[in-house]
Amino acid sequence: MQELIKAKAIELLESGAVDRVLGWKAGEFFYDLTPAVFTSAAEVERDFVYSVFSGANFSKYLIAESRKEGKVAAFLKPCDTYSFNQLLKEHRIWRDRVHVVGIACDGMCDIDKIRAAGARGVTAVERDGETLRISTLYGERTMAKADAEAERCVHCKSRKLVAYDEKLGEDGEVIADSGRFDQVAQLEAMTPDERYAFWRGELSRCIRCNACRDVCPACSCEKCVFDNPKSGIAQKAAANSFEESLFHIIRAFHVASRCTDCGECSRVCPQKIPLHLLNRKFIKDIDELYGDYQAGADLETKPPLMAFTTDDCEPSVVYERGGKQG
Amino acid sequence: MQRIGVFVCWCGTNIAATVDVEAVAEALSHEPGVVYSTNYQYMCSQAGQDMIRDAIREYQLGGIVICSCSPRMHETTFRKTAERAGLNPYMVEIANIREQCSWIHKDKATGTEKAIILGRAAIAKVHLNAPLIAGESPVTKRALVIGGGIAGIQTALDIADAGFPVDIVEKKPTIGGKMAQIDKTFPTLDCAACILTPKMVDAAQNENIRILSYSEVESVKGFVGNFHVTIRRKARYVKEDVCTGCGLCTEKCPQKKVPNEFNLGLDNRRAIYIPFAQAVPKVATIDPGYCTMLKTGKCGVCAKVCTAGAIDYKQQDTFLEEEYGAIVVATGFNPIKLDRYEEYAYAQSPDVVTSLEFERLMNAAGPTGGTLLRPSDGQHPHTLVFVQCVGSRETRDCGKPYCSKICCMYTAKHAMLCREKYPDTEVYVFYIDVRTPGKNFDEFYRRAVEEYGVHYIKGMVGKVIPEGGKLKVQAADLLSNEQLHIDADMVILAAAIEPDESARSLATMLTASMDTNDFFTEAHPKLRPVESPTAGIFLSGVCQGPKDIPETVAQAGAAASKVIGLLVKDKLTCNPCVAEADELMCNGCSSCEKVCPYGAITYQDKEFRGPNRTTLLRRVAQVNPAVCQGCGACTVACPSGAMDLKGFSTSQIMAEVDAICK
Repeated sequence: MQELIKAKAIELLESGAVDRVLGWKAGEFFYDLTPAVFTSAAEVERDFVYSVFSGANFSKYLIAESRKEGKVAAFLKPCDTYSFNQLLKEHRIWRDRVHVVGIACDGMCDIDKIRAAGARGVTAVERDGETLRISTLYGERTMAKADAEAERCVHCKSRKLVAYDEKLGEDGEVIADSGRFDQVAQLEAMTPDERYAFWRGELSRCIRCNACRDVCPACSCEKCVFDNPKSGIAQKAAANSFEESLFHIIRAFHVASRCTDCGECSRVCPQKIPLHLLNRKFIKDIDELYGDYQAGADLETKPPLMAFTTDDCEPSVVYERGGKQG
Repeated sequence: MQRIGVFVCWCGTNIAATVDVEAVAEALSHEPGVVYSTNYQYMCSQAGQDMIRDAIREYQLGGIVICSCSPRMHETTFRKTAERAGLNPYMVEIANIREQCSWIHKDKATGTEKAIILGRAAIAKVHLNAPLIAGESPVTKRALVIGGGIAGIQTALDIADAGFPVDIVEKKPTIGGKMAQIDKTFPTLDCAACILTPKMVDAAQNENIRILSYSEVESVKGFVGNFHVTIRRKARYVKEDVCTGCGLCTEKCPQKKVPNEFNLGLDNRRAIYIPFAQAVPKVATIDPGYCTMLKTGKCGVCAKVCTAGAIDYKQQDTFLEEEYGAIVVATGFNPIKLDRYEEYAYAQSPDVVTSLEFERLMNAAGPTGGTLLRPSDGQHPHTLVFVQCVGSRETRDCGKPYCSKICCMYTAKHAMLCREKYPDTEVYVFYIDVRTPGKNFDEFYRRAVEEYGVHYIKGMVGKVIPEGGKLKVQAADLLSNEQLHIDADMVILAAAIEPDESARSLATMLTASMDTNDFFTEAHPKLRPVESPTAGIFLSGVCQGPKDIPETVAQAGAAASKVIGLLVKDKLTCNPCVAEADELMCNGCSSCEKVCPYGAITYQDKEFRGPNRTTLLRRVAQVNPAVCQGCGACTVACPSGAMDLKGFSTSQIMAEVDAICK
């Protein structure tokens, strides 16, 4: 796949079809791939990397990239195309300056899962079909790729590319039984005290680095309310370790019905807080109350929280009164 | 910090009985910024208003808080007071300590505590108030009346008389509505057609009135003074301006088996028809559901016999776009469907009829030429049983909880007319109560009982069983406490009335509110009975609630006068409490546009200065202040907080919440 993608990037640059290519290059560590802009075939040859760690979603970068002169090409995985669509719907990306190359994807890996499997001093990971060849300081080992997949890929909602100008490889279908709400259901089954304790444990670890917000494609405001002194909730020192929970709750509300469940928030969190669960709770509720809705699946459907109809139900009627009106 | 004055009203004993007004004034005088605090028996009185005016001048107040009744009641009054004293009217805040406090509390200590909290919230808000200046919008001097019954006709005539053009949109092929189907009118027994049809002709001939029959309102955009309405003119397959109304086609059409809706299906009409002889406009209409030509392409008899050449089988629906300053809803009513009242055997026997069907059976222009004959065998009926409140005042979910208001009187009328025309009949009326509040109404009912010998029986009919050509009526007489068995020839059901089914979708288009029974809500049940809470929308006739003809005509005139009052103005003052987009915050995501029910938000690509002398092109929201109604939906939808509502800004509301939670 890497060779296919690199060849495509070079072809697009050399033919003059695009001026820039958005891709991945090696970061500090081999598993820590960094988004990068390539402007020449030589750069692509030298630096471009596509591996099982190419998880970064480039959709949000296109907001700024599409406003620059010339045309930019971006490689988008199926889940990234949902974010791309959602941003198009919100008029954030100038579509005519973007060339989307959809790339088929069957799941990215998580270095922590490889480590958890017992690999220490990992120096390289190579994919060989369904197996990962892991080089470590202490020798070679292998593990099944499926066992190293990132949580969001294990519960992948769709392998279908929903927006692209051309595609590489064969994409798949929407996965109805992804099981992505299982953990949310477990949380719902808890007593309020248990749930509070769970979230207290998770969110108290937040160091408020803002990585989740900065990477989130739904968080694309010109000025975030948390940076706007007029909003009254702008940055202040947290009074206690749990106060940042409000940041996450407000953020979940702000992205509700716009979040495509791409999982970038949890991927970038240095404290490994399962932030995607907050968003999934909203998605699950919206599906239950207003019918199944997938943000970014198309450009037409109105987001349920922004389309009022006289048939809309009252959440309290559904959840507290067992469906009884009045 | 603003210099704030607080004025606590007693509202006689309305507030003072449950709230210690002196304690409230005292407590609020210590709030930040408050330089003057007082209480008075009636703040809205001349003396109270003078007190406010003097205090504003004497203490150089920059904002005032009135602790009184609901702002719906007197906000305008106090804004005017402030304006007279030289203060911007939007520097006034009302703390509602009557409806939201004194009226709902019994304990004075609790009431006082809450009143102080509400006052504190208003003070916190007024600190953040900014002077607002109301803009102006032009008025399109033309009115739209939706519905061409007596309500719509009367409203249109009155508006037209004042010199303003009016369009009547009527979904049926003719105007006239329900009144055209009625035989005689209570309590004077004058013939309905004799008083209605001249008005229909007046409307047709009035140069200010345009009748758009067989048409429906498709969409409504805009706002008071500037409505943009799309009207669907349904294809009638007859050129309206060519047809002479001679009626030859309606005699020659071979399709004879079409239920005649004007006679409620008691007889048949042709597929091409003119609803009744005095129809306005008197133009034939082809019923596409029955016309053989339209369905199979084989017939064309009407086109052959039409000497005027008016038939056009290829006609299509057309859409008319019009601008109006005001819209009057006059959509009227229908009797409810009786499918769920099996006990009265309405579906089983043709001799069980509704009162409106009975009206046609008594009408000289009806299916029987005015002779009362049983629908089943055309025989003269001898025993008639009237049942009142069928579906009215009904607590079961198949009926209506309200009183339909007109049934007592028309039943008395029917009973009286039967006895007068056919003295050999026995007439029974079963009732829960007889309600006759109206000029000469009770006298009318008593005449039915005393002079015409109608048997009024308090009680309800339990069951009607068609058997051997008779209707066996089982009923209870509640006064003598006995079961009655009557062998009737006809049973007449006074079915409840309900708003026309088009009302609900129309209300959505107009953003006009409705009650649970789908009657349009008034802006104020007592003081603004013909206006909808949505500015520029007026209510006429039964669409607002059950009423008889005199009341309908009175309300129609009242609605017309309100419309005239609006249309004579050249400019309307807009509400300055509208949304505003902060362009620097806006990211152009369209969330606000999606939720705006008024279409007040548009977007434009605007150039902004970027870093290093660059120019950035950004898509930003813009609010049309003349269209915005200040509902605030956009302010909560906006993820960036770029939308704010003037007079109700997020910071003001948060300040109120903080003050309440303090």
